[in-house]
Amino acid sequence: MAQDDDTAHRETDVLVIGGGLAGTWAAIAAAREGARVILADKGYCGTSGVTATAGPGHWWVPPEHREAAVADRLKRSLGLGDPDWMARILDLTWTSLPQLARHYAFSTDEQGRTQYRGLRGPEYMRAMRAFALEAGATILDHHPALELMTDADGVVTGAAGVALRGERPWTIRAGAVVLATGGCAFASRLLGSATNTGDGLLMGVEAGADLSGMEFTNYYTPMQAGTNMARSMSFAFARWFDEADNELDIPAGPDVSPHLARALLKGRLYCRLDRVPQDVREVMPQVQPNFVRPFARMGIDAYAERFEVSLVSEGTVRGIGGLRVTDTLCQTAAQGLFAAGDAASRELVTGAISGGGAVNSSWALSSGQWAGQGAAAFARERRGFAERLHHIGQAGLRPTSRLASVDLPAAVQTVRDEMGAYDRNIFRTGEALEVSIEALDEAWREIAARAGGRGRGLLRAREAAALVAAARWSKASALQRRESRGMHRREDAPGLDPRLALRQRAHGLDRVVTRFEAAKPENTSLEAVA
Amino acid sequence: MIEVVIDDRCGGCGSCVDACPSDVLAGGPSGKAVIVRQADCQTCYLCELYCPEDALFVWPETERVVGLSTEQALATGDVGGFRRDSGWGEHAATHTNQHWRMGAIFERARLMAIDAAAAKPAREQDGRTS
Repeated sequence: MAQDDDTAHRETDVLVIGGGLAGTWAAIAAAREGARVILADKGYCGTSGVTATAGPGHWWVPPEHREAAVADRLKRSLGLGDPDWMARILDLTWTSLPQLARHYAFSTDEQGRTQYRGLRGPEYMRAMRAFALEAGATILDHHPALELMTDADGVVTGAAGVALRGERPWTIRAGAVVLATGGCAFASRLLGSATNTGDGLLMGVEAGADLSGMEFTNYYTPMQAGTNMARSMSFAFARWFDEADNELDIPAGPDVSPHLARALLKGRLYCRLDRVPQDVREVMPQVQPNFVRPFARMGIDAYAERFEVSLVSEGTVRGIGGLRVTDTLCQTAAQGLFAAGDAASRELVTGAISGGGAVNSSWALSSGQWAGQGAAAFARERRGFAERLHHIGQAGLRPTSRLASVDLPAAVQTVRDEMGAYDRNIFRTGEALEVSIEALDEAWREIAARAGGRGRGLLRAREAAALVAAARWSKASALQRRESRGMHRREDAPGLDPRLALRQRAHGLDRVVTRFEAAKPENTSLEAVA
Repeated sequence: MIEVVIDDRCGGCGSCVDACPSDVLAGGPSGKAVIVRQADCQTCYLCELYCPEDALFVWPETERVVGLSTEQALATGDVGGFRRDSGWGEHAATHTNQHWRMGAIFERARLMAIDAAAAKPAREQDGRTS
């Protein structure tokens, strides 16, 4: 990666990479600790990421009901959740959301009670931007980070990237770094996910962090075919039909997608929303203003006509995996590097089932604040900055062979296919996973050997590297989990294997390594090289 | 994808250029917004919210450029519809944020599904298939 006189240099205590829900909370929490904070967003803090296009509910439970809520969630987490972390995010959600009242106009119900549980995305993230600025954070929009920097001891000491306006490189020295880069949608075109290419996972692993739960990457959501409007609420009322207009016997509920996927593997799939009650139809544009746009614009009467649907993969967004946090303030296995939101594994609070819809938002605002506090404390205790910093980015930035033209769109398409196809990613088999791994390994070798560039071209190369890397960690983890647990479904290993009620870690770049955590510290762990 | 900037509405304020998370738009020679990286558009519609003049129009298809004209955009009747329904700007008083009803709507759907499941065996005994 070229460093030249054109590079803009800055220095701060805490650098937050990513300006979605987790990143803004991290910036606020770090600033409250007295730290100087820079938040660098790949896009625009306020519209970037999947919160801005959604309408997240939160895990909003009054104190007297929390014990029961944790017990229920723990049971459904299938052995991978942690009740202490669940209780922590419940507590912090309850005290955090009301703080937004200066920036978000909370609604009141018919009885005049303020409604804090769910916020509409565009207004929520507009409020979070204002909140972060008010707290004193400096926001750099359109400043994608490309790599981390470390001192001579390998402690993370900032990041380098490119400012899209003018395509100028930048570096920021920081006492600690928070990765809040979001989940990885594996280029599925999921609504709001264009910037969510797994950059933080790759940057983190290069710095010595590891991942957990990367096998849980197969949550899918229905949407009108050809669009991206994967808002699930109206589909909760849906009836489903095949091309010949036979109604399909598909039970409503949170686990509808595998049924839809089986239907889609047989042919086209259609939906009718004629069971949506009249009063809901009337209020829908003001509940989810984006949901009604495709119908309004394409001239479809969604409540009367059938329309074609497909499923979109949500990757690790409504999946689970990400950087593993190693302490209560969300530090990763790399010193000075913290992780928050969907960039971090959510297994602690979701277990093996999706946290989409409530738990993930509570995790984002909680882990964001802990990571911000942790980063501020870490930065405070560092004595000055290292004289010389090491740029540690590899694939996509610094080709190991000679820089040459790489077909990046083809590499991204490989990720999209291998991580999106219903038959390969929802209904998994060891054999198919091995085939996917081979294709992804080839894409990785090509990018690592030759990809690079300048400006936006460099960003695209790096994004392709991150997408391929995240897909490889996912496939390797899925291959080693020879059972079906939660969303991870192995057609060749149905049912739970009680010995595998363990979280699984992944790391490695040219060689991917996965390892199940030991059930108890004295047990030896099961190591596997994929 | 973003398809149309309605030139005689655009006031050149640059809000959409800043707010686009995928950096699709730029200020053109006249200061008005122009679409410079259409293929990067993620069809999130958020530029429309940030345009006080309703000068932008996003078409719902994500996989292809359809080449919509200003006239075709206006003919949909939904130019500015997203900003209106969201209650931004001058629409704040008439289009309040009803998002908080989401939980209750999901609950309605869940209860209807339980009723439908309960009604099913009886229906099958009647010999009807749908």
